[in-house]
Amino acid sequence: MPVILKIRRFDPERDTEPHWERYEVAVQHGDRLLDALHWVKWNLDGSLAFRRACDQGSCGSDVMRINGENRLACTALVRELVEERGDEITIEPIKGLTAKKDLIVDMEPFFAAYREVEPWLVAGGRETAGERTQSAEQAQLFSDTAKCNLCAACTSSCPVYWNDRQYVGPATIVAAHRFIFDSRDIVSEQRLEILNDREGVWRCRTTFNCTEACPRGIQVTQAIQEVKRSLLARRI
Amino acid sequence: MPLHRYDHRYDVVVVGAGGAGLRAALEASRTARTAVVSKLHPTRSATSAAQAGINAALGNTGALKNSGPVSDGWEQHALDTVTAGDHLVDQAAAELMCREAPDAVRELERLGVPFSRTADGLINQRPIGATRRAAVAGELTGHHVLQTLYAQCLRSGVEFFDEFYALDLLFADGSAASGAAGVVAYDLATGELHTFSAPAVILATGGCGRMFRTTSNGHAATGDALALALRSGFPLQDMEFFQFHPTGLYPLGILVSEAARAEGALLRGVNGEPFMERYAPAAKELAPTDIVARAIVSEIREGRGMGQSGDHVGLDLAHLTRERWGSAAATAADLALTQLGIEAAEAPIPVRPTAHYAMGGIPTTSGGHVLDRDELPVPGLYAAGEVACMSVHGANRLTANALVEAIVFGRRAGTEAAGHARAAGQPPEPAVEPTAPAAALLERLRNPSGSERAAPIRAALQHAMDEHASVIRSEDSLAQAAGQISRLKERYARVAVGDPGRSYNTDLTEAIELGFLLDAAEVLVAAAAQRRESRGAHFRADHPARDNALFLHHSLAHRSPTGDIRIETKAVDVSRFSATERKY
Repeated sequence: MPVILKIRRFDPERDTEPHWERYEVAVQHGDRLLDALHWVKWNLDGSLAFRRACDQGSCGSDVMRINGENRLACTALVRELVEERGDEITIEPIKGLTAKKDLIVDMEPFFAAYREVEPWLVAGGRETAGERTQSAEQAQLFSDTAKCNLCAACTSSCPVYWNDRQYVGPATIVAAHRFIFDSRDIVSEQRLEILNDREGVWRCRTTFNCTEACPRGIQVTQAIQEVKRSLLARRI
Repeated sequence: MPLHRYDHRYDVVVVGAGGAGLRAALEASRTARTAVVSKLHPTRSATSAAQAGINAALGNTGALKNSGPVSDGWEQHALDTVTAGDHLVDQAAAELMCREAPDAVRELERLGVPFSRTADGLINQRPIGATRRAAVAGELTGHHVLQTLYAQCLRSGVEFFDEFYALDLLFADGSAASGAAGVVAYDLATGELHTFSAPAVILATGGCGRMFRTTSNGHAATGDALALALRSGFPLQDMEFFQFHPTGLYPLGILVSEAARAEGALLRGVNGEPFMERYAPAAKELAPTDIVARAIVSEIREGRGMGQSGDHVGLDLAHLTRERWGSAAATAADLALTQLGIEAAEAPIPVRPTAHYAMGGIPTTSGGHVLDRDELPVPGLYAAGEVACMSVHGANRLTANALVEAIVFGRRAGTEAAGHARAAGQPPEPAVEPTAPAAALLERLRNPSGSERAAPIRAALQHAMDEHASVIRSEDSLAQAAGQISRLKERYARVAVGDPGRSYNTDLTEAIELGFLLDAAEVLVAAAAQRRESRGAHFRADHPARDNALFLHHSLAHRSPTGDIRIETKAVDVSRFSATERKY
């Protein structure tokens, strides 16, 4: 099955502006978009730059804007993309982060925001060799947000983030939520305070783009609402 | 044009940021200035895809309500490890790992890993085989371990150099015996070379499964530190032992967890027969991975495979009602749906063996110290995780032992490396021109007159390894593989990279990685050719039986001054258990 990959290309050493390139690829029945991109890279143009690692939807490295939606290239079946939108597939870098070369963006501002919420467990009590317990119900409270693998699909689909890159973004709130709702963590107050900042959780306009974009199906908007509610409850 | 060079100084430099590298870095950072140099952002490492869990004899669920499996202890874990390894496991190392595993897993819990919980709120453990030993965090154990360790490393002040490719190891006076002095790395973003001077270096680059075409390994599994160690004159141990996971999603090779079989999924051939009954009457679907993998290949070779080319079998969930699927079966069904568009409730999931895990690697002590050809520790050089071989997996790794190895020995290597750095004081001065070999490599690959491209050579390598050096091998097939690798290496010498750019030149890094893969594959094939017996994951059709009289020893491969791979032997530590035949 022949398809056209329409890829937004940018080489900082040669181009002043990004431009579109079209590549015809004969895809096999089970091919994913990542397979088609590799075919281009390995047969037509080795300079095509994109990130990928695990090849199976775990690591979150190959999120890109595919037919206008943030998706992982390694879990997007080409034949389904064709069924949805026809046999020309547009592929762009994710938005809101600066494109460095082709589909590779500068992830550092994204990770910097993540680090800002100190996304590690701060546990109370004496550290002993014995086992600490947590009930299944307590574990359930943050099991959804703990699935986040920092792919940035949510943050780079958020219109608030596109317009205000100081906003911490949904992924950072998800990272904080995972600890705020972990019964083992003792610094939830400080975490909430960080998100109470003017560039924090209140910037969210509940557009649900993030929830739709999450490859792991995390209920991102709901998590953000839970953080907002915790802040409101604290004010009272 | 000479590249600009940046120099960094640390006490400990870790190469690789998966479970082993991060655990090592976290430990080292408690007392030493520690940097992690990794070609991937740490959270993209292969550990993110590990599903089966972490073996540790916690005994949290072992004696559950009589109906459950037998109770567990570290001794049983060690015996299972040795038995699965077909007695090529160094038993003192296995004992150490299994003794330390419960503490290492409880420590992960304290660091924040959101483990699944028992009714009593303890870490939940999943049954694999006869014991409930694999501590799990849902179906995402590896993901949670990786995320937790990464964040704790940030907290602990570890400095990260992400998307830096290690190209060379540095030694104090330029000779390997004098001890580690650091690494040279290539910055993907800028195309520049950096030196990281340090008296202690920990190699933790993971696997090399990308030498095969059908593999569960990510694109980064290119054996980088294996090749760097070999090129520095060090040996590689037991490289012939490569685990083929029986159920790779066909045709991609993505792993379908054995936990799905533990939950009742059956393997069937084209006639619908659940064929494992013939190969392992007692353990059936839950026999060790190598036995299941060979059973599948035998079925395929004897014409009972499924599909147009009869080159796979079916993993059947349809006989279970959807309500009876456990979480692993549901995950497998989800994978089949998203990757292939197949409904597992209606049709079997197509699977075939997939290259999964390298048991062999850089030989180390149980403290992670890299050993040279004379079995003497190299001052300041350590290895941990899949790239290392201590050897706790022997000829075949026990399911859910990879993460525990990474955690236990990563921790030990971190402690040892930090201790060494403290004793060594100032890092040694880098050699006068430490980046010269790395710069020469880059220069050669950028040579515009080269006539070959990396991609077709890599494809040919992967085809040759799948055909001739995978689940079932023979003298003839291995000779074919060796011949093809030799010709591919000649072609590789003429490779030129198409992209002349400096920034994010993944064309160049793929060519570098191909060089690593060719080295690792060459050693694997040479080691497999000299082992004229079948043991664990290494199966020789021309020598189908285990031969303890001739081969109860490790292989130790090195590159001779004339350029060929020489194989020597090394004694196995069998001080704990006797080498009985495996029966499942």
